[in-house]
Amino acid sequence: MSRGVTVGMGEVVRGGSRELVDAPFGHALVTLAKDRGDIVGLSADLAKYTDILPFKEACPDRFFNVGMAEQNLVAVSAGLAKSGFVAYCTTYGVFASRRAYDFIAIACAHSRAEVKIFAGLPGLTTGYGGTHQAIEDLALMRMVPDLVVIDPCDATELEQVTHAVVAHRGPAYVRLLRGAVPRVLDPRAHRFEIGRSYVLREGEDIGLVSTGFMTERALDAAEKLAAQGISAGVLHVPTIKPFDAAGVAAFAQRVGRLISIENHVVTGGLGSLVAETLFDAGIVRRLRRVGIPDRFVECGSLPFLQEQCGMTVPQIVALANDKTQWRTP
Amino acid sequence: MLRNAPGSDRPVDEIKSRAKALRRHMIRMSRHIGQGYIAQGLGIADVLAALYFHELRHDPANPAWAERDRFLLSTGHYSIALWAALAEAGVIPIDELASYGLDESRLPMSTLDTTPGVEIIGGSLGHGPGQAVGMALGQRLRGTGARIFVEFSDGELQEGSTWEALMAGASFGLDNLVALVDCNGIQADGAIVIDIEPVAAKLAAFGWDAAEIDGNDVAAILDALHEARTPNGRPKAIVLRTLPGCGVPAIARREKAHFVRVEPDEWDVFARELEAQP
Repeated sequence: MSRGVTVGMGEVVRGGSRELVDAPFGHALVTLAKDRGDIVGLSADLAKYTDILPFKEACPDRFFNVGMAEQNLVAVSAGLAKSGFVAYCTTYGVFASRRAYDFIAIACAHSRAEVKIFAGLPGLTTGYGGTHQAIEDLALMRMVPDLVVIDPCDATELEQVTHAVVAHRGPAYVRLLRGAVPRVLDPRAHRFEIGRSYVLREGEDIGLVSTGFMTERALDAAEKLAAQGISAGVLHVPTIKPFDAAGVAAFAQRVGRLISIENHVVTGGLGSLVAETLFDAGIVRRLRRVGIPDRFVECGSLPFLQEQCGMTVPQIVALANDKTQWRTP
Repeated sequence: MLRNAPGSDRPVDEIKSRAKALRRHMIRMSRHIGQGYIAQGLGIADVLAALYFHELRHDPANPAWAERDRFLLSTGHYSIALWAALAEAGVIPIDELASYGLDESRLPMSTLDTTPGVEIIGGSLGHGPGQAVGMALGQRLRGTGARIFVEFSDGELQEGSTWEALMAGASFGLDNLVALVDCNGIQADGAIVIDIEPVAAKLAAFGWDAAEIDGNDVAAILDALHEARTPNGRPKAIVLRTLPGCGVPAIARREKAHFVRVEPDEWDVFARELEAQP
């Protein structure tokens, strides 16, 4: 068997043969900034790698690169916001969450500042190991009061989120898919709204509750399960905070068992939110959580790493079918 | 009504009298609760008086005026001094000072930006300088001519984020940005615990026009603020050597000055000492 190779930063998370869109965030921001002179963009020496380059080229006087200094990136963004601008602040998720957390909590969230953080390399979208993989950012960010937290599914949703966060008053943390991003959701049909979940497929036997790019895999897994005679529903939950507990509870009521599917550690993110929601609502369903286990992930090729963590479509299908997982204790 | 249109005059006596008024407010405020960050507040009273009654373009009746000069207090625990200055300037009622540190007061022990006239939440140290850089960029982009003044302390120079901001301020050529570095020689654990000197030389090496003065010498403060107006493409820093408890010798003499607890019979001594000062 040939061994996978860790590829460069431009690695694409391919789920299948879907259309790929180049830098959907950057191009959406340029479109938005044409009508909004109050939008500024910031980077901490990762403009090329967070897809904000098109904005820098279109609006050079409104773009600021603060160098490798993420605390200052967020502080300067907050200062611009407090001067009446809406700051689109880009870096990697690891740096936003681990280095700049205090600034996001106090200078942005506590101050209700118009800072929209777009955080690249969420979860296992890079093979560069624990230093680059933001595996616990959703858990950290969802604990911050007054912070909106979004994990978009694809190019369509990322484009819509880029527009939606500017209409929301206050700060937001958005997981950024960059480079060539698959288009999964139909832009003519999908309408992203902060705080809303989306039933992408109805089913009764099992419910797949997913967020981020893992929703593409949930859809593919549901398709494969259908071919095996298992009816699987898919609920896409792009907004981690405010969480659509009512939508998740209603979906859970309609299915026999549940799998949460996320590109994040299974502690503290979507899986935990689903468990909290079921318990709060008094709904009794077996829940299995797909995502990164409670450990740092090594360097490697993405297909290899994701398989190590049980995040591939065949593994999700196998889990759904594995009777030992669903036995009542 | 717009307060201050800084010219070339040096109203030393007026600012001294305002500084004394701020100190008087602070003694009364801390007397209510028997404790507080009085020493630091007394230490920066002179520079706050110079800002609010001479240098800052602001409108006390409209503290949210978009084109105002901004003063950012990064050391949120110095709030007692800011409340005194905002009250003396007419932004908040003087009577309200009696609520300092009480439950549901708009004048908490550490600053929140919900109080009129407060630009940022201070107190998580190292947050002021970076936000000041952002505001200075924002005002330059808007072309308002507004300037940003940010206070931070010598202890705060131990926070890495302070230096990130200092690098950025110089790199962006923000000559509408003035850092007021309160060097009072103390921090939570006592005297400065990690060497940060020579402060002015470090700031200069980071690309700032740095001056160093006696931070309790009103004439020197007014001169330095005047000098800091120079539009030369470089941010300005004024290193203020301040005396914690300045104006009240009984507080200034204390060894434990970071957080002062006061016995009931000491207050009259403080008030008498303050009034006896020139």
